[in-house]
Amino acid sequence: MKNGPKNGGVSNDKRVTSAYQSLTFSRRMLLTSGAQVAVGAVLIGRLGWLSVAENEHYQLLSESNRVQLIMVPPRRGWIVDRKGTPIAINRSDFRVDIIPEQLVNTEQTLKTLAKLLDLSVDDVDRILKDLKAARGYQPVQVAENVPYENYAAVTVRLPELPGVQPMRGFSRFYPDGPAVAHLVGYVGTASAKDYEREKNPLLITPGFKIGKEGLEKTLENNLRGTPGGQRVELSARGKLVRELEPKPDRSGNTVQLTIDAGLQQYAARRLGPQSGSVVVVDCHTGDILAFVSMPAYDPNSFSQGIGRTEWKMLADDDHLPLLNKVTQGLYPCGSTIKPLMSMAFLEAGIDPDRHVVCTGSYRVGNGIFHCDKVHGSVDMHTAIEKSCDIYFYDTGLRAGADIIASMARRLGFGQHFELPVSSQRYGTVPDPEWMQRKYHRKWQAYDTINMSIGQGNILVNPLQLALMGGRIASGKSIQPRLVIGEKTPPAQPLPVSAEHLIFVREAMSAVVNSGRGTASGAKLPIDGVLLAGKTGTAQVRRITMSERAGGVRTNESLAWKMRDHSLFVGFAPVEQPLYACGVIVEHGGWGAAVAAPICRDTLTFLYDPDKAMAVLAPMEEQWGGTLAERTARQAATIEAAAQAALIKRPA
Amino acid sequence: MISSAIIPQPLAKLPWRLIFLVAGIACIGLMTLYSAAGGSIRPWALKQAITFMVFLCIAVMMSWVKESTIKSIAFPLYGAVLVMLILVELLGFVTKGAQRWLDVGFLRLQPSEFMKPAIVLVLARFYALLPAGDIRKWRAIWPAAALIGVPALLILVQPDLGTCVMVVLGGVTMMFVAGVPMRLFLAGAAAVGVAAPIAFSMMHDYQRKRVFIFLDPESDPLGAGYHISQSKIAIGSGGIFGKGFLNGSQSHLDYLPEGHTDFAFATMVEEWGLFGGLLVILAFGAVIRWGMTVSLNAPSRFAQLAAAGLSATIFFYVSINLMMVMGLAPVVGIPLPLVSFGGSAVMTVMLCLGLLMSLERQQRTSSKLV
Repeated sequence: MKNGPKNGGVSNDKRVTSAYQSLTFSRRMLLTSGAQVAVGAVLIGRLGWLSVAENEHYQLLSESNRVQLIMVPPRRGWIVDRKGTPIAINRSDFRVDIIPEQLVNTEQTLKTLAKLLDLSVDDVDRILKDLKAARGYQPVQVAENVPYENYAAVTVRLPELPGVQPMRGFSRFYPDGPAVAHLVGYVGTASAKDYEREKNPLLITPGFKIGKEGLEKTLENNLRGTPGGQRVELSARGKLVRELEPKPDRSGNTVQLTIDAGLQQYAARRLGPQSGSVVVVDCHTGDILAFVSMPAYDPNSFSQGIGRTEWKMLADDDHLPLLNKVTQGLYPCGSTIKPLMSMAFLEAGIDPDRHVVCTGSYRVGNGIFHCDKVHGSVDMHTAIEKSCDIYFYDTGLRAGADIIASMARRLGFGQHFELPVSSQRYGTVPDPEWMQRKYHRKWQAYDTINMSIGQGNILVNPLQLALMGGRIASGKSIQPRLVIGEKTPPAQPLPVSAEHLIFVREAMSAVVNSGRGTASGAKLPIDGVLLAGKTGTAQVRRITMSERAGGVRTNESLAWKMRDHSLFVGFAPVEQPLYACGVIVEHGGWGAAVAAPICRDTLTFLYDPDKAMAVLAPMEEQWGGTLAERTARQAATIEAAAQAALIKRPA
Repeated sequence: MISSAIIPQPLAKLPWRLIFLVAGIACIGLMTLYSAAGGSIRPWALKQAITFMVFLCIAVMMSWVKESTIKSIAFPLYGAVLVMLILVELLGFVTKGAQRWLDVGFLRLQPSEFMKPAIVLVLARFYALLPAGDIRKWRAIWPAAALIGVPALLILVQPDLGTCVMVVLGGVTMMFVAGVPMRLFLAGAAAVGVAAPIAFSMMHDYQRKRVFIFLDPESDPLGAGYHISQSKIAIGSGGIFGKGFLNGSQSHLDYLPEGHTDFAFATMVEEWGLFGGLLVILAFGAVIRWGMTVSLNAPSRFAQLAAAGLSATIFFYVSINLMMVMGLAPVVGIPLPLVSFGGSAVMTVMLCLGLLMSLERQQRTSSKLV
């Protein structure tokens, strides 16, 4: 014990007395007071630190506690065509939401709503789940696109439905329906993944949609706008204390496209039930006037969220309505490559007057290559006009693959363009170097022969096909453009000889206008406007020797999937070209029979819409109604199938 | 002291400066409670005002109690409170629930509250009785340690960490000013440093959580750290002059929990800013300084020690609450006396002040005799 009575205490000379004790007391009191003052100083310092130095920080936190923004989704910007005709707009519709905080009797309210709005059991489950996850004042969606009768029924019974909020909202509307589907895409509710990426509370606001495909997706930033908000003061428990000054929303920007909506719709209707694409470009600016891929889904029904049945029907369709063929469909270009070939031949110094005798077949080594007819002695002009393959086999071998590939690239094949489209497949321009890289083998003569008639490894998309027509027509290295307002430098002149271009344009004109050409049926029914072009029929199957011996089978006798692709590239008017057009009809058969008339009618529409419509009317009658009628009928079929599936499910 | 011919002698002899100070703090408290209730004297301000007035009267009446009487009741009072603490514990054991109060029919007695002044008085008495020469000896230490330790343990197991800490701190301060050797306190501080981890392992879950949250309140701003975070937001957002009376959003919108009790200071500072907070701190400082002066001027050792201990009790009350509210100490549930709503804190502080006033009156009267 250090403080034991014997040896404890202070040293002997310092006796602990009352006087000493009082001295200790004063000293200890001084220490205590000092400590108290120090603590007081710390407290004051801390108070000052919090309320002065950190004031701004805490004020911000306090404000974010106090004020909450109830998002008012902005109206999406319109998409209009080059003349201002709407392509994608907003239609006001009715919607019903629930404010969880104000909800009194969840079960009773939902029961009433289910009856009034015809909600399914799944819908009610979804609402219950959302309500559980919801906090405070964030509304939960009950239903959108509510028919007026049901909306009115809810409104009338509002007094007995506290927390239910019938509202007018907006939904996206595409007046042209499927005709613009692959161009503009569609909108939809943001997925969990979208929200993860952006962390924007707007995305989970009921009724808000984002672009899911096409231009709606790629131009999202421009179209979205800024949300407004009803600013409210909320208590910690989410109770509304008072409404503050609202912050107005700002609609998204209107986006003007280079598209001509009328032409777009016409081309889509003209394709009819066939699987294909039509692209029309301005020869001088590269403006895309029509960007059509058919068949297509109805973006209106997609934007409301499509059912499982509709999705399945679309996904199973062999005409691929979900694929944007304009930029994602790749095809052998067939004989449409011949003008391009001729350009390469001329550049290689081959005399256009050089004649090749067509006997219907051509032998290289062990292989025999065929022509569809026996053309006799042909020069370059005639070879284009009549589409003689033998001429191109023979001359192609003389010119060599490299110069052909170079010309193909200059005319836009294999090129990737700066376009606001979700994805582009830019195809293949084969050459010896590519062959080595891809297939590890040497370029062979038959590769040149295949390429000279646009078969084999060469693949293009419809946009590239149309652009080749535009580049030949104008002699400019035009780049495609979809959105007006984007600053694009004027097109550079094409690095080819102008004389060669004139020669090829004349030959292409002869294809349509000489009376001897392959596309004589595609003459424009417009006085003084001549169409020039080139047909193409791309084989998708190998014709065996035995079949050739017994006569090549006609397309009609083959299964749809085995038939030839039908292609056409053209421009008009011949003298001063304005428009270029590329048409590809999958498994359509002869280029001259299917694709060329589509190009003719589409370009006719630009000059005389009535004349073009007159041609279309009997065709649509045969196909079973206009595009709109057929779309409506298909929607009814889908609805019936979905109903049938629904009835089957519970069993 | 106010001297005037008009005012009767007994009234004039009251320590008016102190009473004004205390009444001033209480007024700020009442305004805070009025605001915390959304601009209403119900349910808190009116009740608090009545409680305050009652205890102010009691304190003033206590100022006529003689020092000898206080001295003589020190041990019996301590004993009685200890018995009540044990009773509470037994009652809690019988009802199988934590309990901190005794129901005596018309009111609820919280014996741990009485222990705060009782520990001061009993230790003052003990050290006054101890011969001066024994102060550095073992016998000066162990009885004091026992007097503090037994009630502290009883309160700790209630469980009421805040009050326990205050009783221990009050007792230790008494030992310190009584003159127990300094090295003991240094050794004690070292021991606390060593024992802290052990104590931590014996804590209740909710207490442990509070320690964690004190160390890092932002780690769980919506969960357990919510109190401290929101309190700091309330204080910090007030700025220099505050958001104005009845304009505190943190308290009015219920973001600040316990805005009328433990965190009343945050409610007040949000509306009155640094200015208001400073006023309250300085006012309490003045009250404590008055108490310390009473101690320094006291003629007897008992009075010296008792006055110092009572002042320290008020000091600990205020400073622990403020540190807690401003995020400098863990949330231990100690209210700000006279400002926070609740009778027990008012009662304890007013009892302490009543005793201090009594001691002060004796100095004046005795010094006249000298």
